[in-house]
Amino acid sequence: MSSETSLFTLGAHLRQGEASGDARQLFLQGGRQADAFYRQRFSHDKIVRSTHGVNCTGSCSWKVYVKDGMITWESQEVDYPTTGPDMPEYEPRGCPRGAAFAWYEYSPTRIRHPYVRGKLLDLYRAAKKRTGDPVLAWHEVTSDPEQARAYKSARGKGGMVRTTWQEATEIVAAAHVSTVKDFGPDRVAGFSVIPAMSMVSYGAGSRYLELMGGSMLSFYDWYADLPPASPQVFGDQTDVPEAGDWFNSDYLMLWGSNVPVTRTPDAHFMTEGRYHGQKVVVCSPDFADSTKFADEWLRVHPGTDAALAMAMGHVILSEFHVKRQEEFFLDYMKRHTDAPFLITIETEDDGQYTAGKFLTASDMGGELAASESAEYRLLVMDEDGSVKDPGGTLADRYGDAGQGKWNLDMPGVDPVMSLYADGGESVEVSLPRFDLVGESGPGTIGAGVIKRGVPVRRVAGKLVTTVYDLLLAQYGVGRDGLPGEWPSGYDDASGLGTPAWQEELTGVPAAAAERIGREFAQSALDSGGRSMIIMGAGTNHYFHSDTIYRTMLALTSMCATQGVNGGGWAHYVGQEKVRPITGWQQYAMALDWSRPPRQMISTGFWYLTTDQWRYDAGRVERISSPLARGELGDMSFADSLVEATQRGWMPGYPQFDRSSLDLADEAKEAGLAPGEYVARELAEGRLHFAVEDPDAFQNHPKVLFNWRTNLLGSSAKGTEFFLRHMIGADNDVQAEELPEGVRPERMAWRDEAPEGKLDLMVTADFRNTSTTLHSDVVLPAATWYEKHDISSTDMHPFVHTFNPAIAPPWDARTDFELFGELAELSSQLSVKHLGARTDLVAAPLGHDSPDELNTPHGVVPDRESAGWVPGVTMPKIIPVKRDYTKIAEKFNAIGPLPEKVGMATKGVAFQPAAVVEDLGKRNGLIDTSIGQRPAVDTAVKAAQMVLSLSGTTNGKLSVQGWKNLAQRTGHDASELAAGDEEKLITYADIVSQPKGVITSPEWSGSEHGGRRYTAFAVNKEYSKPWHTLSGRMHYFMDHDWMREMGEQLPVFRPPVDLMHLYGEAAPGQVLEDGSGGAEVSVRYLTVHNKWAIHSQYYDNLHMLTLGRGGQTVWMSPQDAEKIGVRDNEWIEVHNRNGVVSARAIVSHRMPEGTVYMYHAQERTMGTPLNEKTGKRGGTHNSLTRILIKPSHLIGGYGHFTYAFNYIGPTGNQRDEVAMIRRRSQEVTF
Amino acid sequence: MKVMAQIAMVMNLDKCIGCHTCSVTCKQAWTNREGTEYMWFNNVETRPGVGYPRRWEDQVENKGGWVHKANGKLVPRQGGRLKGLANIFANPNLPEMSDYYEPWTYEYEKLLSAPKDSSALPVARPKSQMTGEHINAPEWGPNWDDDLGGSLETMQDDPVIAASGAEVKAQIENAFMFYLPRICEHCLNPTCVSVCPSGAMYKRSEDGIVLVDEDKCRGWRMCVSGCPYKKVYFNHTTGKAEKCTLCYPRLEIGEPTVCSETCVGRLRYLGVLLYDADRVGEAAATERDEDLYEAQRQILLDPRDPEVIEGALAEGVPRSYIEAAQESPIYKLIHEYQVALPLHPEYRTLPMVWYVPPLSPIVDEVTASGNDGEDGKILLTAISRMRIPLEYLASLLAGGNLAVTEKTLRRLAAMRSYMRDIHLGGEGNEEIAAAVGMTGEEIEAMYRLLAIAKYEDRY
Repeated sequence: MSSETSLFTLGAHLRQGEASGDARQLFLQGGRQADAFYRQRFSHDKIVRSTHGVNCTGSCSWKVYVKDGMITWESQEVDYPTTGPDMPEYEPRGCPRGAAFAWYEYSPTRIRHPYVRGKLLDLYRAAKKRTGDPVLAWHEVTSDPEQARAYKSARGKGGMVRTTWQEATEIVAAAHVSTVKDFGPDRVAGFSVIPAMSMVSYGAGSRYLELMGGSMLSFYDWYADLPPASPQVFGDQTDVPEAGDWFNSDYLMLWGSNVPVTRTPDAHFMTEGRYHGQKVVVCSPDFADSTKFADEWLRVHPGTDAALAMAMGHVILSEFHVKRQEEFFLDYMKRHTDAPFLITIETEDDGQYTAGKFLTASDMGGELAASESAEYRLLVMDEDGSVKDPGGTLADRYGDAGQGKWNLDMPGVDPVMSLYADGGESVEVSLPRFDLVGESGPGTIGAGVIKRGVPVRRVAGKLVTTVYDLLLAQYGVGRDGLPGEWPSGYDDASGLGTPAWQEELTGVPAAAAERIGREFAQSALDSGGRSMIIMGAGTNHYFHSDTIYRTMLALTSMCATQGVNGGGWAHYVGQEKVRPITGWQQYAMALDWSRPPRQMISTGFWYLTTDQWRYDAGRVERISSPLARGELGDMSFADSLVEATQRGWMPGYPQFDRSSLDLADEAKEAGLAPGEYVARELAEGRLHFAVEDPDAFQNHPKVLFNWRTNLLGSSAKGTEFFLRHMIGADNDVQAEELPEGVRPERMAWRDEAPEGKLDLMVTADFRNTSTTLHSDVVLPAATWYEKHDISSTDMHPFVHTFNPAIAPPWDARTDFELFGELAELSSQLSVKHLGARTDLVAAPLGHDSPDELNTPHGVVPDRESAGWVPGVTMPKIIPVKRDYTKIAEKFNAIGPLPEKVGMATKGVAFQPAAVVEDLGKRNGLIDTSIGQRPAVDTAVKAAQMVLSLSGTTNGKLSVQGWKNLAQRTGHDASELAAGDEEKLITYADIVSQPKGVITSPEWSGSEHGGRRYTAFAVNKEYSKPWHTLSGRMHYFMDHDWMREMGEQLPVFRPPVDLMHLYGEAAPGQVLEDGSGGAEVSVRYLTVHNKWAIHSQYYDNLHMLTLGRGGQTVWMSPQDAEKIGVRDNEWIEVHNRNGVVSARAIVSHRMPEGTVYMYHAQERTMGTPLNEKTGKRGGTHNSLTRILIKPSHLIGGYGHFTYAFNYIGPTGNQRDEVAMIRRRSQEVTF
Repeated sequence: MKVMAQIAMVMNLDKCIGCHTCSVTCKQAWTNREGTEYMWFNNVETRPGVGYPRRWEDQVENKGGWVHKANGKLVPRQGGRLKGLANIFANPNLPEMSDYYEPWTYEYEKLLSAPKDSSALPVARPKSQMTGEHINAPEWGPNWDDDLGGSLETMQDDPVIAASGAEVKAQIENAFMFYLPRICEHCLNPTCVSVCPSGAMYKRSEDGIVLVDEDKCRGWRMCVSGCPYKKVYFNHTTGKAEKCTLCYPRLEIGEPTVCSETCVGRLRYLGVLLYDADRVGEAAATERDEDLYEAQRQILLDPRDPEVIEGALAEGVPRSYIEAAQESPIYKLIHEYQVALPLHPEYRTLPMVWYVPPLSPIVDEVTASGNDGEDGKILLTAISRMRIPLEYLASLLAGGNLAVTEKTLRRLAAMRSYMRDIHLGGEGNEEIAAAVGMTGEEIEAMYRLLAIAKYEDRY
């Protein structure tokens, strides 16, 4: 065959090349000169290692290319230490967002200089001229209502004026000093997020603020990324496998987690795991990016996942536990969960039986009752029929008698899981349910009671059963002879817990729920526990995230998967791992100089500061158990926050209605110990918590420092409320304030809600955001490619560095430089205005400390009988000396406390005296008023401090920590750090290459010997208890408030019924939109963006080009048809919280009735004015608001005890309902 | 036999997560300059979908590639060079700007420079990068139908749907999608080279990379229309054609292409193939579209065959190329395991970017039917129950040949079943391997290449 033609041959001649025989191929030498262009373009002068430092948990190492002193582009490093011959590697790590970062460097959104809002600048300059003093000037401007209103009302309306660093930082320092002086340091707050991915940048700011006495605001709980179920079940903030461990799994469920989008660099471990036969099941409402990889897709109705999980649990318990009694599962559960522990059965006034409390040694007579911490010594029934202490409970954790005994060995104890015996005694227990149709109040929405039998025994005069027996009842798994309402089979749709029952709630076919449940368990059985659930925001961002997660976690522990490589839970939502946590805490919280730090629950902070409580008609009664005894019954959600703050369960800053510095002086004057004085003042009603009157002028937070964050364009749930009350700017709040009669009882109601509570909103950033545009002072920050810092994550086991590819251009400065300078200025201004003062810190009861032994049996005494006892019925009152003239000195040097007092992480003690001495040699010494101290006056030295003072990066400390832990557990696990004792990871080490961390008791897994990290491996393999009440993973929770919520056991709770709680339209309703058009009510979900990481990268031109270049909402064709909207047409979305303008993306991958608005799209990019209100179209969080779940506020009881970002109310946002209409297609900007 | 070397690529679509990192790193490296705003040497498409530029696969409209005449001869679909010369001032087959998209940017600077007392929060309005005019909202982009966005408006315009006859409904019950990353195919039989009136396009003899000689290019744009993949672009500032260079400045110093190295899905393989240049014409002129895949595969030469080695050396192919060909991961995927297929072989350009087709979830009816989960074999998806219609994949990757498409998918599925037994601590079942015409050993080797896929094994 030939296609030779003269024409083609001619071509060959024309072009002077060598033609192929058939003349259609032409091989030319030409062009080599011309192609120099591309060679030139590729050439570069150097490549610098760096990464991206916030918002993302990827912690990917990047090559930044520099040519002629300019950053040109970036690509991923591929030099991670190997995972071994049989595993895929961690290369390359990165995603399109990170790959687009270089665009920011010289982009037109880059903030090049310091800016101050013109109106403020004028006032400040004038006042300074009059007073001659920055602090007095700030005081004057902010205390004069007219001046204050003038500049606050200009926020968000342009008029930013370029100024010098000196003037900008002087204003900021003056605001800090003036606020501390007038109102106390707890009126100063800092917001920066997720430190692991740039520890020094976070730490420099928090160090400065903590030295001042300010409050650092939490982020993990606030984002609703914290799964409260983790502290509830594991007693751990969140500990999860590294991404590489997905590969080890044989059965992988992606449940509400869109891994390709949200864990882009890690997704390959899932796609590759499939090739060794891992089955992948995806549970998502839409055909998500992850669904593409599913073998099976469970198309679940949003927020109903717990019903599916319960049905799977029903299948597993029925077949593998009750029918086949698989030893592998039962043994695991017996040792590692609270399943065998005894629960008392209580009789209610009306004769119903309900689940009560853990039976403890204090309930028994004799030796047991006399044992140490008997009230926390949970008991089991032995095979021999006697009640025994299996050891390893909270009772063994802190006292002398428990030394060496806090473990899971259970010597001489063989607990029975169930008290069931043929013909044995049983009672019908009433269990709350929440799956019924909602009705208007009063009482719990959609709740009822189901009665199911459990086997019982009588012990010490009490009826008891086991957690396992209750669990079987809860899951509807009956056994012969037990009374009550049991399902007739899997196909019994009325039988709560069955596959058929869940189908009606979730839409997932019963057969699928049954099959997947069975497969999950069978695969775990076949593989030794390698069944894993990757769970994400799709299930975690709900109000009832804890109950959803508990039903999912139950599957993992029923099937013996936790602590097993390739198995267990894998929660990836805003989680992080500051691998060198111990040293980081010392640096970032300034624990080397003063303790305790002020750390605040953000959700509570914003709820009060932004006055969302004034609009919240939610009553606890509407969401609590139908079996509740009324202990919470009369409370509003806001009241429950007051209660928790007063009891010291949760921190509350600003703390009192008086300056904490003045309080210290008063106590001294009164000749009383600080705690005694504060308790007396509280008892006599002269002193109040600020939470009781958050709108009082002196109770406002006054200064908010934002860095590494975009609060108003990203995480601010109820953004419009933020704008109205905290900022005092234009807003689109649609809700009405509460009328009389339904307002919180424990809070003062001021007729006029304050607008513009903050005196100073200051933001450091390298790009413009909704937050910078609303700030008074904007400071130009260096980018991630312009500074030194360190990064780690839980997605991989390495630490690595940031290094400046170029010096910060224009006026930009690194966070470290910025806060160092502020420390200097504040110290100078304090000489005249503050000097040395004593500050009284009201500290909450703390996790991993004896504070956990503060609420016997989880029984909450009423205030009258309890009185005010610091550290028992109220916060601890701790005096802290602050010499405000020495802030800079302390900022730059390591304080004496690590060697004097030691360090502790999660209850493990470290004594680093030798390490600090060594640091002094490596970092050099610096003069301070207490003598020469090791220097941390550069970012690299700060990083060295973090690395040296942590077990994960310093083998000596790791081994020391393991030895210290062994004293308590009786098991020496220091072999996990064997061979690493001499290893110290220094900054220079990780400039050249990322390094794997050392296995340390700071975490629960092991990297030893190249093992992939999985959580709780140490607990499982070294008999180490979980940090819980029982020392095991918990199914059952017996705190009074958990019982009131009906959540003692894992239970299905649907998304909050906003129609019946707040009067919103029911999802699916089509109404008239007020202008003749139709509007449809939909479930409104804010899922993670494919083209941004939170708001970052969203404004990046490359990302906007690959997306649709502005705010969009994904919706189904059915919903689009209801309102007559087509793809890319403008829509308006609104509800009681605000209004959003966006374009519709109509796609059949979306389910009817649900819309997605990719979260943290920025209204700064091409968003028009709302048609309805004429205000700038809102952001995704304009349609959400804060909802507080009281059970998240529990403290002072076992694992329900506060730690920063460990437990607390979450800023959940997935229960919202919104109305969508096709707006006018004429848009104005 | 004329032995020549070609650097080629295999992308495993079964691993592609659709993240577009490849597109962004490529763009940052090569096309973020004036005149190249709309160019994506590397782009990623959601399929089913219309792609970038819109409906590039519609050759009736675009006239790209070659036509197989009844007399067995091949001519460029847009006509021979004479016709090209005749139309040189008015190439009628060019995509329009709206088929790519009109690149836009934003008034970023107005955020901070907004005057005091602005009536609303400052905003950065979009504006065209072509005209500088404000636009209210973009109406098309290089990835507009990402993740099936706007599926009711455009999805049915996907030329593959019509060509394959596959039933593709815009209903969530039937939803499916996968991603198709695309670069220049660096074809063995490139139309763009043949139709260039200036002799500016050429295929490098040592490695087969297809390039534009920027000095010679006169901007006639015949290459743009001639390329059936629409992977040659016109720089409207310089007036010259530009295209993917397969990152030759990197390849020349031993680095993989940007798109390969930065692919976080780890799905790209680069390597050297040896082929018989004398048989290119014959292969491209294979009569039936369905047979083109096999014909294309058959002109690849076994780099361990002494005769081939001798021939290669005789043609001046350096020893290092021959060694690279022997170690080539892509030769294994294409020729030994036969799991990679060429993109639209029916365009007859003999494209050199090959694709492993994607598996997909089972359909809703099977999910609802509740078959027996005790059977380990059906833990994994059976090909016949998958959501992506086989016809669609066959039309995209095999000239409509269902049998070879199914074979590749079955091999992937068999690998999963075979390896599951081993991963659970048992032995591999040779029957599974034999059912797809492989041995257990081959399956394990293929598994290592596809799953473990170390850096040095991918490139």
